Amino acid sequence: MKLRLTMTVNGEPADALVDPNKTLLEVLREDLQLTGTKHGCELGECGACAVLVDDQPLLSCLMVAHECEGRSVVTVEGLTLDGRLHPLQECFADLGAAQCGYCTPGILITAKALLDRDPHPSRDRIREALSGNLCRCTGYQQILDAVEAAARRSLGEGGGEGRTQ
Amino acid sequence: MIPRGDVIGKPRRRVDGRAKVTGQTKFADDILLPRMVHGKLLRSSVPHAKIVRIDTSKAEALDGVHLVLTGEAFPIAYGILPVSHDEHALCREVVRFVGDPVAAVIARDEATAERAAHLIDVEYETLRTFASPADSLKYPEPRIHEYGDFGNVHKVVALQFGDVDSAIAGADHVFDDVFFFEGSTHLPIEQHATVATKDPDGKLVVYSSTQTPHYLHRALAKALAMPAAHIRVVATPNGGAFGGKSDPFNHEVVVAYAAMRLDRPVKICLNREEVFYCHRGRHPVLMRFRTGVSKDGRITGLDLQTLLDGGAYGSYGVASTFYTGALQTVTYDIPTYRFRGCRVFTNKPPCGPKRGHGTPQSRFGQEVQLDKIAETLAIDPADLRLKIVQPPDSLTVNFLRVGTIGLADCIRKVVERSGWRDSFRKLPHGRGVGLACSSYLSGAGLPINWNDLPHSGVQLKLDRSGGVTVFCGATEIGQGSDDVLVAMVAEVLGIDPFDVRAVTGDTDLTPVDLGSYSSRVTLMMGHAAIQAAERARALVADAVSAKLEIPKDRLVFADRRVFDSADPDKGTTFREAVCMAEAKFGTLGTTGSYTPPKSPAKFKGGGVGPSPTYSYTAAVVEVDVDPETGWITVPRVWIAHDIGRALNPTLVRGQVEGSVYMGLGEALMEEQVFRRLPAKLSHALVHKFPSILEYKSPTSLDMPEVFTDLIEHPDPAGPFGAKEVGQGPLLPIMPAVANAVYDAVGVRIDSIPVTPEKILRALEAKAAGKPARSGPTTFPDIPWPETLHVTPPWAGGDGRAANEPARPTRRKVDAGIEARAAGMAKNTEARS
Repeated sequence: MKLRLTMTVNGEPADALVDPNKTLLEVLREDLQLTGTKHGCELGECGACAVLVDDQPLLSCLMVAHECEGRSVVTVEGLTLDGRLHPLQECFADLGAAQCGYCTPGILITAKALLDRDPHPSRDRIREALSGNLCRCTGYQQILDAVEAAARRSLGEGGGEGRTQ
Repeated sequence: MIPRGDVIGKPRRRVDGRAKVTGQTKFADDILLPRMVHGKLLRSSVPHAKIVRIDTSKAEALDGVHLVLTGEAFPIAYGILPVSHDEHALCREVVRFVGDPVAAVIARDEATAERAAHLIDVEYETLRTFASPADSLKYPEPRIHEYGDFGNVHKVVALQFGDVDSAIAGADHVFDDVFFFEGSTHLPIEQHATVATKDPDGKLVVYSSTQTPHYLHRALAKALAMPAAHIRVVATPNGGAFGGKSDPFNHEVVVAYAAMRLDRPVKICLNREEVFYCHRGRHPVLMRFRTGVSKDGRITGLDLQTLLDGGAYGSYGVASTFYTGALQTVTYDIPTYRFRGCRVFTNKPPCGPKRGHGTPQSRFGQEVQLDKIAETLAIDPADLRLKIVQPPDSLTVNFLRVGTIGLADCIRKVVERSGWRDSFRKLPHGRGVGLACSSYLSGAGLPINWNDLPHSGVQLKLDRSGGVTVFCGATEIGQGSDDVLVAMVAEVLGIDPFDVRAVTGDTDLTPVDLGSYSSRVTLMMGHAAIQAAERARALVADAVSAKLEIPKDRLVFADRRVFDSADPDKGTTFREAVCMAEAKFGTLGTTGSYTPPKSPAKFKGGGVGPSPTYSYTAAVVEVDVDPETGWITVPRVWIAHDIGRALNPTLVRGQVEGSVYMGLGEALMEEQVFRRLPAKLSHALVHKFPSILEYKSPTSLDMPEVFTDLIEHPDPAGPFGAKEVGQGPLLPIMPAVANAVYDAVGVRIDSIPVTPEKILRALEAKAAGKPARSGPTTFPDIPWPETLHVTPPWAGGDGRAANEPARPTRRKVDAGIEARAAGMAKNTEARS
């Protein structure tokens, strides 16, 4: 039997009838059609499905959706503001931090949680924060560069090419 | 053509960058269609058995199940190489590894399909399990396949170029080393997914995470006995591939069939465990290098033997076998050479092409042996290599044509940047540096299905909007294929890359490109794109010249304008220019295509190795080794890559660093290995850890800082001078790590991965006065076939083997893909 689930997703109310055994990942992707959140294992091993739940980066594949009743969820679709990319998105796009782009949404979410808490993290701190997000393409260098550049840009120092598409 | 450099050579945001950072890139599993149902495969629980009986009645009776399929539905075999069409979408009589698909369920949702799959009752009659090449060489029966060279040996090859025995016998030193390279898997973060549907006019459409839509198109036509013209394959952007999505897969054939049967969309998305079973990854290879060397470090001859554990199916295996012996000679000057390779079938997931395809294993052996040679001759390993680098514009002993070669510059660059002269053999105990080099193809010179057709095709559409659309069958797998395509066109037409729309990887809409493998896309698609764009430019120039009365040779295309180089204010916008051309010539469309030059290697097996040009890389790796625990860390890597010309340096750097990363994973931790279940259970041979958690791969914490240098000497064979970068830079990492460990603690780790356990074992052996190494010591006796003798080019050879039996002349290409595929399946000659 399906149960009603009410959350705030990317700042908007989201209301759905969902199977009680569905994960947050499945509800986001299948019921709300927010396919920006990815999956690489559905066992909490790869980090691709990270979303913010009440500002905490959590793995949506390990959460039963109904745990999120009444809570606020932010996915990659919620990072852009007024049609403008988040500085992290700008810098990831400019600096080659997204190759295939599959791990990217989870990494952006994790990096956002880091910068929200610590706007000027050291490179080692960024490494540590992202250590639960696997990327098979980049070797992480350009991801670290992009997070650093985004932190600088938030300080108004610029970073990346500053190109808005 | 020399680029103006408005686009080419500048670090740029890739054209699909925005889609990727907003989560809008549509991967296969992101496709949600109305009325879509879901499939699940039931996979074999035993490694090798006859299927005695399959009872699907309980599954069929389950509420929500639409269709249950077994091997009966799939009588036609397919496979990637024409010589090994040995797969069926679902096993028919025999299962060959734990994970081999035996049945499929299509149901209203994935959970129902999975429940139903577990209700299928399969009775197996167990056959002998072949767990290792030793098993497969020892027992010819039962055969895992009814084809192959003999017993459970899939392929044996033996090639000789010049009098290698005399050259080695007459050498000042002979080095004889045995190495082992463990298998590893691609581990793309995206699990393979496919959606198939019947389109409104009754034709089949398949969206799939594939690197090779063209080959999937062919395989589907054959396996489903459908006209290829009634099948549309769309390659969705791949969420990482690395070679692991370049075979046609069981689930792709199953959903295609089911969609046609049910007349509704069907999706299968594999789970992570299943991705480990699809595999097609790095072959485990045992190899023996016998090398003759003169006092001053020159190689007189190389006698190489390789033994590949192929797993349960052919896949690209015949090519992989040849690749273990193909590229040594394009790196170093080797005047005589014998290569013998053997691939066996075992009851494990099939091996195939992983980044570097067949070459990293023997690259490891060669580069570690060179380190040993340098040590014995008391020559610096960098100087030794500088002495023996293959000359540019040369033909190798095995008839590979080398163009530009920037390897010496790469070596000098990493030596300088890493401070090699002050660190090699000079660091404190426990810290060391190692150097290694490599080379790789910029695209395979021959197609998988031999024919005279172009390897890459591009179409261009321009219209009065000023918009340009470029169509190409190439596939975006993260490497930046779409960006290269668009950049080529934008550079030639003098517009911004974001003015160009790319339509790619769609067999209905785009001309054929063979796919994203063998590092071929930039070179081959690039040439085709430049040709199409230059033809379009010529039309536009013609019209502008006539209308504005400017001589054609003075017209410049730049900054979205077409203008007079003598008077830059005289000209028009690109949009107006296109309108002039459309008015003059009618609807505007141009095409371009690329076919690689013919190879002088005419001997059987000579089809593997030729390339329009080769990339080169040198790397220095620094390691810290704790002599008490064997624990190894890599703090820094310096790498220089001969790229010809970097089209978009941001993406090139990403490919180099990504290669270093994947190389370090293989060097230190990644292993696709198997174990027997306890006898009281089934004693089945199973994957040791088919999960991301336990299959160790480097995290952001494990990654060293990487210092990348690009060596740019534009190569005339490459588009705007570009060579490959996606695979070559991976190759030197594994041997450089092993060489650095020797520098750090004085033990040789002659097997990959280099683990703390192996280092400790070698240190213990050293302390006990035994050889200070860890690795295999013997190479088995293999019944090699008669060696094909090819006279080297400088001794008057014509590229043919003296003792080769006459081969049938190549058939002309005909119209029907099915007819051709069927014909080629019968062709038992190894040709790829």
